[in-house]
Amino acid sequence: MIRTKKITPWLYIIPAMFLLFFFLVYPSINTLYISFFNYNSEKFLGIQNYFYCFTNEIMLNSFRNNALWVILFVPLTVSLGLIIAVLADRVKYESIVKSIIFMPMAISFVGAGVIWKFVYAYRPASAAQTGILNALRSFFQLEPLPWLIIRPWLNNFCLIMVGVWIWTGFCMVILSASYKGIPRELLEAARVDGATEFKIFWKIILPLMKPTIAVVATTMTINVLKVFDIVYVMTNGNFNTEVVANRMYKEMFIFRNYGRASAIAVILLMLIIPMIIINIQRFREQEAIR
Amino acid sequence: MIKKLISMFSHGPLHLVIIFVALIWIFPSVGLLITSFRSSADVAASGWWTVFEHPFNFTRYTLENYQEVILKIGIGKAFLNTLLITIPATIIPILIASFAAYAFAWMDFPGRRILFVILVGLLVVPLQMTLIPVLRIFNKLGIAGTFPGIWFAHTGYGLPLIIYLLYNFISGLPSELFDSSSIDGATPFQIFTRMVIPLSLPALASVTIFQFLWVWNDLLVALVYLGGTPDVAPLTVRISALVGSYGQDWELLTAAAFVSMALPLVLFLGLQRYFVKGILAGSVKG
Repeated sequence: MIRTKKITPWLYIIPAMFLLFFFLVYPSINTLYISFFNYNSEKFLGIQNYFYCFTNEIMLNSFRNNALWVILFVPLTVSLGLIIAVLADRVKYESIVKSIIFMPMAISFVGAGVIWKFVYAYRPASAAQTGILNALRSFFQLEPLPWLIIRPWLNNFCLIMVGVWIWTGFCMVILSASYKGIPRELLEAARVDGATEFKIFWKIILPLMKPTIAVVATTMTINVLKVFDIVYVMTNGNFNTEVVANRMYKEMFIFRNYGRASAIAVILLMLIIPMIIINIQRFREQEAIR
Repeated sequence: MIKKLISMFSHGPLHLVIIFVALIWIFPSVGLLITSFRSSADVAASGWWTVFEHPFNFTRYTLENYQEVILKIGIGKAFLNTLLITIPATIIPILIASFAAYAFAWMDFPGRRILFVILVGLLVVPLQMTLIPVLRIFNKLGIAGTFPGIWFAHTGYGLPLIIYLLYNFISGLPSELFDSSSIDGATPFQIFTRMVIPLSLPALASVTIFQFLWVWNDLLVALVYLGGTPDVAPLTVRISALVGSYGQDWELLTAAAFVSMALPLVLFLGLQRYFVKGILAGSVKG
């Protein structure tokens, strides 16, 4: 610690504190408040907006889709990231492979949406298929599929794959760093003792990497609960692909119902709060080690 | 020699799997890039992979799509808007955050711990919780739909992560540094500008790339606070609108998308090291 006048630290943190209060703390409290009011915040409605959220069919549909995103997206990104990290470690061109997998992180979800909409492009069977997936299908004499329209499983799955394509690189980078932190002698010793590579992975690598895997999985869960851009660009929630964040945007900007939009935001926060608590606990533990 | 051959063969499946995965990952982007250089007639008639039959037949490639999207469809203007949004929205939060991170790391003041815990909690508050009240205030102040409004919105939203990352780095600087310079009579501000900032350059580089890419690629914040008017809309907003109106003109959509991706990709390839460091610092320490 450096010695300062009493006022000095406040001069350094006040701009940041003011902006955090103005853009995060106050609005969050206000959103909670107006979620109990009608569309223009003039009439108190009690929990009516929340009742709407948990009974309206499209809302329930969005919850189901968000759950689907969590169930598929989180295990897929984390396990693919882990497998690629461990496998790429064994080849000389590791950095090139990792750059390729990581690259989608640099581009916008909107850009990724265009890229994948083109992959899923569909034309009637009589026309030449210009989307690669349908071209592959016609190569194997199969009917082309309207990937983003077949509800509810195929189109949601197709959207989730776009998310996986974007975020696997993120998981890979973190998991790769953690994997490289495992002492090589440990793995060598196991090999000398005759353990198979498969067994080494399950019995040594995986247990040692568990804390990092947990961190990555929480981060991915938070991300995916807020999923918005991909759905907004690719289907805008049509054909049963609606998600909570896109619904909130629609309530806010299309239906101009600020009460309902706020209630949806609050529910989104409630889903994320367990993650916030985990985050704070992790921070406390780190501070304790320090 | 023989040993090498054997190991190559035994590792064959490994190489196959890795190369296969890498190809799947890069394929969609290659399709985008190639399509953006094909004429609309070609794009409608055949898949982009058919160019590989005559990859060096340059008469089949054209820059017309780029001309059209940049000059006629307004992607040029949108590119400029994105730059005008992104540069201040990167510099302002990093400036403010470095002061705060330094104070949190090396100054003692009442409430320091609790304020920092709140900050860590704010890291994961969804933006959705803030949109409506901030938009209402912006409307009252008349800064909805203006660049300064979105600069400060991005500043507010970016601050928790930037402060957190910079705090992790700055608090890890050796404490002897601060003891000795205090004794020499340097003011806290001199310590900040002469030692903390120069020593933190790697961390500052990481957060700069982070914030730059985050703002450049943002859709939601721009959609809410700027709206879709062409004179202020950034690339992401324009392109997502194009997806609706030019849904089947793939040569135009792909060209527009590539314009939005070019700068992030250059930054990413050039500064990947710092980007990775930032991600690692943000998730697992060390």
